[in-house]
Amino acid sequence: MEQSEQNVAAKTELPKPTALEQAAPQDVSGTPGRPIFDVRNVSVWYSAFKAVTDVSMTIHENEITAFIGSSGSGKTTVLRAFNRMNDLVPGARVEGEMHYRGTPLYGKDVSPIAVRRRIGMVFQKPNPFRKSIYDNVAYGPRINGERNRRKLDEIVERSLRRAALWDEVKNRLKSSGLALSGGQAQRLCIARTIAVEPDVVLMDEPASALDPIATGAIEDLMRELKKQYTIIIVTHNMQQATRVSDRTAFFSVLTDSKNDTRTGVLIEYGSTRQIFEDPQDSRTQAYVTGRMG
Amino acid sequence: MSSVTQADPAKQAGSASPLTRRRPLGDRGFQILALASGLLVLVILVLIAVSTTQQSTDWFSKAGVKGIFSTDWDPATNHFGAMAFVYGTVITSVIAIIIAVPVSVAVALLLTEVVPRRWARPIVYLIDLLAVVPSVVWGLWGILVFAPWIQSSVYSHIASAVNGIPLLGSLFGPPVSGASFFTAGIILAVMITPIVTSLSREVIATVPVIDKEGAYALGATRWEMIRGAVWPHSQNGVVGAVLLGLGRAMGETIAAALVIGSSATVTSRLFATGYSMPAVIANQFPEAAGEWRAALIGMGVLLFALTIIVNLAARGIVERSTRRMRGA
Ligand SMILES: Nc1ncnc2c1ncn2[C@@H]1O[C@H](COP(=O)(O)OP(=O)(O)OP(=O)(O)O)[C@@H](O)[C@H]1O
Ligand SMILES: [Mg+2]
Repeated sequence: MEQSEQNVAAKTELPKPTALEQAAPQDVSGTPGRPIFDVRNVSVWYSAFKAVTDVSMTIHENEITAFIGSSGSGKTTVLRAFNRMNDLVPGARVEGEMHYRGTPLYGKDVSPIAVRRRIGMVFQKPNPFRKSIYDNVAYGPRINGERNRRKLDEIVERSLRRAALWDEVKNRLKSSGLALSGGQAQRLCIARTIAVEPDVVLMDEPASALDPIATGAIEDLMRELKKQYTIIIVTHNMQQATRVSDRTAFFSVLTDSKNDTRTGVLIEYGSTRQIFEDPQDSRTQAYVTGRMG
Repeated sequence: MSSVTQADPAKQAGSASPLTRRRPLGDRGFQILALASGLLVLVILVLIAVSTTQQSTDWFSKAGVKGIFSTDWDPATNHFGAMAFVYGTVITSVIAIIIAVPVSVAVALLLTEVVPRRWARPIVYLIDLLAVVPSVVWGLWGILVFAPWIQSSVYSHIASAVNGIPLLGSLFGPPVSGASFFTAGIILAVMITPIVTSLSREVIATVPVIDKEGAYALGATRWEMIRGAVWPHSQNGVVGAVLLGLGRAMGETIAAALVIGSSATVTSRLFATGYSMPAVIANQFPEAAGEWRAALIGMGVLLFALTIIVNLAARGIVERSTRRMRGA
């Protein structure tokens, strides 16, 4: 928590109307297919270790983009670069250009806090706060300054409904968020994320710990959410990628036996149908047909 | 001790089935050891309580509840009311807690969440060093250096400023003494801050990164993250740390004896001289005899009871709030 953390401290308040603020539309529904992220030659380092190298891709609005690839290929690392979560890792560094709606994400006057208010994240392991279900969902709106009890009630109900959790918890909103099943807890985390009306939702293997029914519920939810949000999801489940995503990025690990380094690379990126039915790279083909990884 | 192991004891010994295998010797040995040491602690506590109570029955029976809780302490006339000492102990501990807890928690949060690790380490080391300063040294420094300074440059100004103002005046008005409730409270605060800080820091450091990231991912600032993720997680541990500090403040003898002023009075004026339970025991025990001696030992019993009550009450409060938050 060194440099990067100081960065957070220095900009605890939203900068007045930055380019970032103006760029993001207040009414959430955007134009499907329009570019929202432009990633050019991005490499991510953990101190002296280069975890991913030279990623270039364009993410499109109101689409679901899936990141697939073997373990350690840098999917999580790249995903976390999109909302500057890597800033929180001591020694982590992002090189290259990342533009979000035309604004450089790592620009000098861009606050990581403002970035994360627009670009939310759901983690692999459900991580509800040690608070009530209600307070979990209301946390985001509250830190955004919403104090009105009735408005909060509305937001909580709407978010829980959208996360398909409302019916299961509506009678125990005051009980702890930790007293939920894994699948419910994950949907609570999704509700918490969408309660702040983000523009983009990043999901890192959100269903990896869930049974098929809960997974199905989350996939339905993603299809529903994509009407309003842009979603990037990391998944190890290729059926899942084909079921929900519009585009797929395949990552792999390049091993350099001379220096004994392993670096993640983006091998191929295209429409999900193309990646799975007509992969251009032999490594992609090997992976999606299950002959590797 | 599951039902499986108890199902057929005759078969157990020779059986090779992993389900019916006896629990490993080490396991049972450890269980017995843990139980035994737990019981030993309990037995020692009970023995202490019993023997001290026995030695003080003289006082308890003669003075009665009313006598015990009177404010009149005068060995010359055989009046042994403990109220002034109970009051002094409570007031100085409350002052110590009010000062030490915010400082300790703030420092602990700073050290774990804000200050870069390479600076945090030497600071932690310094704080831990403070914890090993003997209490008599704190007491001496308090009475020789700190008390005269704070009396002339702080207390007297405050006292003359608030004199006559309704509530403030009765708390901070004259008389003013260097050795006083407030000075004792400050010295106690300084003494318990290192341990409360250390323990809180350890608790706060165990908050999982993923919980903090959950808050950051919603666009929380560091402070908002602390309130949302770190605090709910460490609350109970911090309360535990505070309880330990409180116990130490209530029982602190020599430092309090040196700086509290040693006059058995009950007054709302915090800058006035007072007394505390452990201090009076330490000061008067060598010369005490008969009922006086019994009263001093009884004071020890009262202090013991008081710390236990405070602890149980605080734990009860914590328990209730955790149960609510864990949703169990
Ligand atoms: N905080 C960190 N510090 C140092 N190295 C890290 C850190 N996080 C990840 N790495 C390394 O970066 C590389 C990429 O990791 P990453 O977690 O992005 O892979 P992944 O594709 O998400 O893998 P998985 O599918 O197993 O989740 C790995 O070699 C990993 O060891
Ligand atoms: Mg990962």
